[in-house]
Amino acid sequence: MEITLTHYLVLSSILFAIGLIGIMRRKNLLMLFFATEILLNATNIGFAAISHYIGDLSGQMFAFFIIAIAASEVAIGLGLLIVWYKRTGKIDLDQMNSMRG
Amino acid sequence: MFEAIAFYLFAVLTIVMFTITVMTSQALYAITAMAAGMIFISAFFFILGADFLGAIQIIVYTGAVMALYAFGMMFFDTTRNVVEKKVNPQIVFVLGVLAAVMVVAIFVAPIISDNIQALYPIDPTIGNSQAVGMVLFTKYLVPFELAAVMLLVAMIGGIIMAGKKMDKSLTLMAEEEIGMMDDSYRAEEGGH
Amino acid sequence: MELYLYIALFAPLVGSLFSALFGMSPKTNITGYIASGLLFTSFLSSLVLLNYVLGGHTVHVELMTWMATGDLYIPFGFVVDQVSVVMMMVVTIVSTVVHVYSVGYMDHDKGFNRFFSWLSAFVFSMMVLVMSDNFAGLFIGWEGVGLCSWGLIGFWYHKESATWAANEAFIMNRIADLGMLIGIFMIYWNVGSLQYDVVFAEIGNLPLVITTWIGIFLFIGAMGKSAQFPLHTWLADAMEGPTPVSALIHAATMVTAGVYLVVRANPIYDLIPNVGIFIASLGAFVALFAASMALVNRDMKRIIAYSTLSQLGYMFVAAGLGAYWVALFHLMAHAFFKALLFLGAGNVMHAMHDELDPFKMGGLRKVMKGTFIMMTLASVALAGIYPFAGFFSKDLILEVGFVEHHYIIYTVLLLTAGLTAFYSFRLVALIFHGEERYKLFGIHPHEAYKFMLVAMSPLLVLAIIAGSFKMTYYQLVTNLLPSTVYHVHNEVTFWIMTIGTQLFVISAILFAYKKYSNWNSVPDGTSKMENSFGYKLLWNQYYIPKFYEEVFSKPYLELSKIAWKQIDLKIVDATVDMIANAIYKTGENTRDIQNGNLSTMLRWMVFGLVVLLALAVAFTVGYNAVSA
Repeated sequence: MEITLTHYLVLSSILFAIGLIGIMRRKNLLMLFFATEILLNATNIGFAAISHYIGDLSGQMFAFFIIAIAASEVAIGLGLLIVWYKRTGKIDLDQMNSMRG
Repeated sequence: MFEAIAFYLFAVLTIVMFTITVMTSQALYAITAMAAGMIFISAFFFILGADFLGAIQIIVYTGAVMALYAFGMMFFDTTRNVVEKKVNPQIVFVLGVLAAVMVVAIFVAPIISDNIQALYPIDPTIGNSQAVGMVLFTKYLVPFELAAVMLLVAMIGGIIMAGKKMDKSLTLMAEEEIGMMDDSYRAEEGGH
Repeated sequence: MELYLYIALFAPLVGSLFSALFGMSPKTNITGYIASGLLFTSFLSSLVLLNYVLGGHTVHVELMTWMATGDLYIPFGFVVDQVSVVMMMVVTIVSTVVHVYSVGYMDHDKGFNRFFSWLSAFVFSMMVLVMSDNFAGLFIGWEGVGLCSWGLIGFWYHKESATWAANEAFIMNRIADLGMLIGIFMIYWNVGSLQYDVVFAEIGNLPLVITTWIGIFLFIGAMGKSAQFPLHTWLADAMEGPTPVSALIHAATMVTAGVYLVVRANPIYDLIPNVGIFIASLGAFVALFAASMALVNRDMKRIIAYSTLSQLGYMFVAAGLGAYWVALFHLMAHAFFKALLFLGAGNVMHAMHDELDPFKMGGLRKVMKGTFIMMTLASVALAGIYPFAGFFSKDLILEVGFVEHHYIIYTVLLLTAGLTAFYSFRLVALIFHGEERYKLFGIHPHEAYKFMLVAMSPLLVLAIIAGSFKMTYYQLVTNLLPSTVYHVHNEVTFWIMTIGTQLFVISAILFAYKKYSNWNSVPDGTSKMENSFGYKLLWNQYYIPKFYEEVFSKPYLELSKIAWKQIDLKIVDATVDMIANAIYKTGENTRDIQNGNLSTMLRWMVFGLVVLLALAVAFTVGYNAVSA
């Protein structure tokens, strides 16, 4: 039973869906960040798999850059979160409604 | 055979871990499951022959990112659960599943996979790390340097924002308040 | 010559636009002078053109292209030929006179400037109508005169009856114009062009059925404009307008446009003599029918209006029987004396402070000598006494009927001639002779301004001498129209007919004088005659307006109400409301998207992603399906 590219892509999609569900249902900002990490990792799996099955290193390169982006995002995101927490004492998404239209 | 077993094993493990991350109400469970999931993902990279990527995954995610989150959790009061109102939870799942199905449908469509051609073919005679290095520092040199700058900027940004006085907005304050700021902060010093 | 053509055509338009500039301001005499001056210029140009055409030439110009799409090519083309130049002369002479007259007549009216604007616009439209070289241009002029007629009938728009009459005239004409439009469409459909020369050259090649239908539909248009039965009711009501308007539009020019159309389209009607017989029969019927209504009417202007109707009937008899030049000749002669009659009536109205009932006048000849003479002579001309204009043209129509062996039509027309003489002189006798009944009503009549009488004098002269132009006219128009000579071959018969007709008419005049010149009371509806059935029938115009109201207006009102309440409110309005409500409700329900909650926003973002992915899948599948 051979594992094909499709297997990896399906797995990647499943993880991506889990990440989406997380994004949509979490109200805790920290948990929201976790969900975004899941999304990024899901795509990484896809890139690595394609890189392997097509025989092209570009996929791995993109995965590297995604990891770099994820790291920056965590740094900035956590920084913003800390500022927000200091000002309001809350990290609840429902209470961030200053953009109410 | 071995590859199939490994794939299914790690696939199940990853999915479970991430599901826990997404579903649990305990922040500590979530971060633990997350870290585990990250490591399991690196296993896929090893299976796929992307050794260097796998190593980076472990170092960066499990080492750096997770550590950052752990610090973040320490900073926030994680013992106090955020009340998560569940508004129409089924919609969330329906949307997620739908998105997954769509993505799969697109990926398996032969029109896409048939048209992909290798730009930088993997040379089987050299190791993965070496190959990655060669591509990264030739074709992707500029993006690589930009990514480095981006990381630096993010680091500085993170430090500044997490630093002191960042909970005040100078633009929203009157002149006197800015003048008084020094005193009030001196009193707060050593509070943390 | 083109220059004169353009001057003749556009001078009235310039006058109209100039007056329109001051349309909203109070009376300024300058508009009246300028409009009249430009009209006179137009008249002079027409005179030059007439002279040119008498020399055997015609002028044909194409101002510019109007419509050119595919095979359709309609230019703004104008032609001055033997027929249109006659019409131009009639229109410009009468309208110049009416313009000058109106300066005096509308002296005290607030809408002085507006009046001249409409009046000159009317003349321009009429010129377009008669000068156009194609059916489309004719139709533009046709609609233009209809519009100006609407504006002038309803000139005193604060009077309900005036606005009603204006709308009635307009709507009646719309009904007829639909017929005309269908006729024009059929011409284009079958011939492929609307140019007169092309159409008349080709019309003989069409199947007779189609030609017949074209003739019928065009005549329906003519019936509306010329107020022939059953579309005649608007003309009498149109007398609500100022009297100069009645003289110009509802006697001399616009109402004769129908006759002009039939004359102009003579190559079509020549092919379909059966339709011609119908036209002639209808004309004869209308002549008698209108004359009978004029017998008992007690409204001065309406009597003259019915007389116009009756004379239009004469013209249609001639045109229907193929004597196009006779019809046009009567049109011309009639324009002069009928306009004169109307303007005279206008003087009387002014003198009597808008009193229209001749029974309340009487004995006015002492105060209004000029008007008295003019109206009497115009009535003599209308009655057709030798040597006035009416004799030549009307007698000719009788002869046509006789020579063509339509003895019934001849008899009807002869009878009508007697009636015409009777009601004309009934009017004259009641207004100018007898006791001065107006004193009962405390009115102090006065003669009109001198210059108004002077302005009318050209019409008087023409009403008297127009008959002597007969041979010149005949030679002119028979270049274009069929030149049949209608002459009773038997000398004895001819003289018996002529003298007999004259005697009949004169006896009718004398009878009218005898009966009415010593009238001394105002009828109050109690006399035996006024209660007889025949009188009531005629008084109520054969109950036709009532019939129209009951059969058309009232059901239409009901239908409109149903359409309003059932269709408009419940379907149209409801649909519009539903759309508005749907949008409003959508906004109401979707404003939650803008609640500022990031979680909701994220959900919507994912939703959008799913939609986009679905589209991507759908297009991919579709693309594969197409390429495979």
